Amino acid sequence: MSLDWQPKIVGFTCNWCSYAGADLAGTSRMSYPASVRIIRVPCSGRINPVFVIRAFQRGADGVLVAGCHPGDCHYSTGNMYARRRFQVARRFMEYLGMDPARLEIHWISASEGQKFQEVIRNMTDRIRAMGPNRKMREIL
Amino acid sequence: MIRIGVFVCWCGSNIAGTVDVGKVAEESAKMPGVVHVEQNKYTCSDPGQDSIRKAIKEHRLDRVVVAACSPRMHEMTFRKCAASAGLNQYLVEMANIREHCSWVHSDMSVATPKAVDIVRRAVAKVKRSVPLFPSTIPVEKRALVIGGGIAGIQAALDIAEAGYEVTIVEREPTIGGRMAQLDKTFPTLDCSSCILTPKMVDAASHPGIRILTCSEVEDISGYVGNFQVRLRKRARSIDEARCTACGICISKCPTSRDSEFNMGLGTRKAIYMPFPQAVPNKPTIDREICRHFTEGKCGICQKVCPSGAVDFSQEDQVLNEKFGAVVAATGATQFSVEAYGEYGYGRYPDVITGLELERLISSTGPTDGKIRRPSDGRIPRTVVFIKCVGSRDENKGYPYCSKACCMYTAKHAILLKEKIPGASAYVFYMDVRAGGKDYEEFYQRSQEIGTRYVRGRVSRIYPLDGKLIVQGEDTLLGQRVEVEADLVVLAAAMVPQIDAPEMARKLGISYNQYGFFSEAHPKLRPVETNTAGVFLAGTCQGPKDIPETVAQASAAAVKVISLFAKSELTTNPNVASVDESLCSGCLWCMNVCPYKAIEEKIITERAGKETVTRSVASVNTGLCQGCGACTVACRDGAMNLLGFTNEQILAEVEALCL
Repeated sequence: MSLDWQPKIVGFTCNWCSYAGADLAGTSRMSYPASVRIIRVPCSGRINPVFVIRAFQRGADGVLVAGCHPGDCHYSTGNMYARRRFQVARRFMEYLGMDPARLEIHWISASEGQKFQEVIRNMTDRIRAMGPNRKMREIL
Repeated sequence: MIRIGVFVCWCGSNIAGTVDVGKVAEESAKMPGVVHVEQNKYTCSDPGQDSIRKAIKEHRLDRVVVAACSPRMHEMTFRKCAASAGLNQYLVEMANIREHCSWVHSDMSVATPKAVDIVRRAVAKVKRSVPLFPSTIPVEKRALVIGGGIAGIQAALDIAEAGYEVTIVEREPTIGGRMAQLDKTFPTLDCSSCILTPKMVDAASHPGIRILTCSEVEDISGYVGNFQVRLRKRARSIDEARCTACGICISKCPTSRDSEFNMGLGTRKAIYMPFPQAVPNKPTIDREICRHFTEGKCGICQKVCPSGAVDFSQEDQVLNEKFGAVVAATGATQFSVEAYGEYGYGRYPDVITGLELERLISSTGPTDGKIRRPSDGRIPRTVVFIKCVGSRDENKGYPYCSKACCMYTAKHAILLKEKIPGASAYVFYMDVRAGGKDYEEFYQRSQEIGTRYVRGRVSRIYPLDGKLIVQGEDTLLGQRVEVEADLVVLAAAMVPQIDAPEMARKLGISYNQYGFFSEAHPKLRPVETNTAGVFLAGTCQGPKDIPETVAQASAAAVKVISLFAKSELTTNPNVASVDESLCSGCLWCMNVCPYKAIEEKIITERAGKETVTRSVASVNTGLCQGCGACTVACRDGAMNLLGFTNEQILAEVEALCL
């Protein structure tokens, strides 16, 4: 795979922490690869694992789920549910024969623009090393 | 037939500099449902908003996508704009091509297709948007102020003056906070007590203000306009109604410990008032050391009290109350300077902090206002001040500037010369920051009276023949400096209260990496938080001095007053909604809801010829905050979140994965 191949990462971010963290990366002009496309949801607890599976089915090379740090959820417990759900979702991906490493979960607060930048940079590198997600595309 | 209008913003060169706006507009026009595309230099400006209004009418648009900045920035602006053109405001969607695109990429060939994807996502979502209508909730017009320092007192007085009831909750036995510990205040050198204590009395005597001391907030639930708060009023062991504050009990009490108010430089009794002007002016029994509680003996205070006010059997009271708004004014504390081993705080009694010096200068302090060395009571002749202890130092303290220290050190130097004529003062500093009205002049004055400012840090302090040898470097001269000091004063940084994160969690607000509470927007919403109805005042939000604290407290009060001026609030319509025909009544959603907003509802319906009753979930839209946790827990797909429906999110996924 050529080095300039840009993976497609769908990012689900909660409105209060991680979306704001991405905004902060923007206002601080912290550059990162143009691999990620963000879908804003109110809370990481709103992210149904089905959405993630759907993204992989439609050819996303990676999916990022990002929320407030555990304990700091705007809705007090949403990210706790997200944490559990995606632990299970990873196992489910394995069961489906998908590479769970393509799904990453990160806690990024509204003040962590730099962390957002690092997460996208590192995740893009990792996905790049894995190559495109052909698995589901070929099945469907 | 869906008719979407897409408005692509240049944002001057902010977006147009890295994104080919023309190309984005051209691609947007090809997206299904889009009937009108426009570009604007500044869409948020008056002419920009006008063009949206005009296009909605001319092209009969029923959905609008604004491709511009973050929705956290201008979503409300464009919603209001669309509403003014007669479109339901929830039919507006923003595509964030600035913060998430143009500002983080420099290559136009990369940023432009990404911007197109972002617009495609927004178009796909807005296509599935439906008009939403906010409902209204009543407002409980009572305010809770947490913390009775100058911030809390000022906020409470302002709110009460507007005619609303206020409760101040203070965990110490008196209100007054840090400001009560100070002797004089910069830059005017007026006495802190003289300006604070009248305000304390005003608050105590105001008919609209109730002060609960020795009290803490245990739990807060609910939402703006309707907070349920559980307060614990710890037993004071004194019947406040009977006590006349004669003070006989205090004079007879045999047990004592270091006085918190005097920063450990003096002692107080087990039954005590933190300081003579305390409000309420009633003593408190410290059950940790009181012999009646520790050994079951003594009880002398009870015997000598002429009015029978001492009540050892008093118990904690738990109060459950309703408030419409909360002002957090929980203040800050002092950095633990022990982290700087080279300064020897704790080992050498004559190394003290700024707050300790305040107590030594104060006429209500342990030395009656005479500056004396804690070790031997001698009057110091040479005093060294060290600034930035714990601030502007990532290694041992915090990277931020503590803001008030430059000025209070200048004040200390001036007061020192006033109290001890002929004394010399050295100030070791990194920079002098004297921004603020009359501040620079005040700093100049401290220099004019002979304070020697040495730019550089102190590397070591050690005792020698009853003196403290302070070794440091003058970085301007490039020379080592050694001062024989009698007293060393450390300007300790202002740091968040240790339990600030816990309080933030109770309030449902966020805090920064240090523990200072976060405002909703650093410039435009400085006293609001991300939780509606919770406001900030004073140093709990960040280091600040008294004038700034008072200004912020009044600002928070205005926010509370404007909230209370409304008889009802409109609610966010982005709430959960149940499709009863799909709901199987398993009620898993009830378990995950953090707001207890979901209840069981029994419905009767016709099934063929029979009438059946079954239970379904039902959402209380007043309580629901729209987190959406229930939608994922729902096995039947009956639960959905308006504004962020499953169909919308799946459409966004598809649009991005094309």
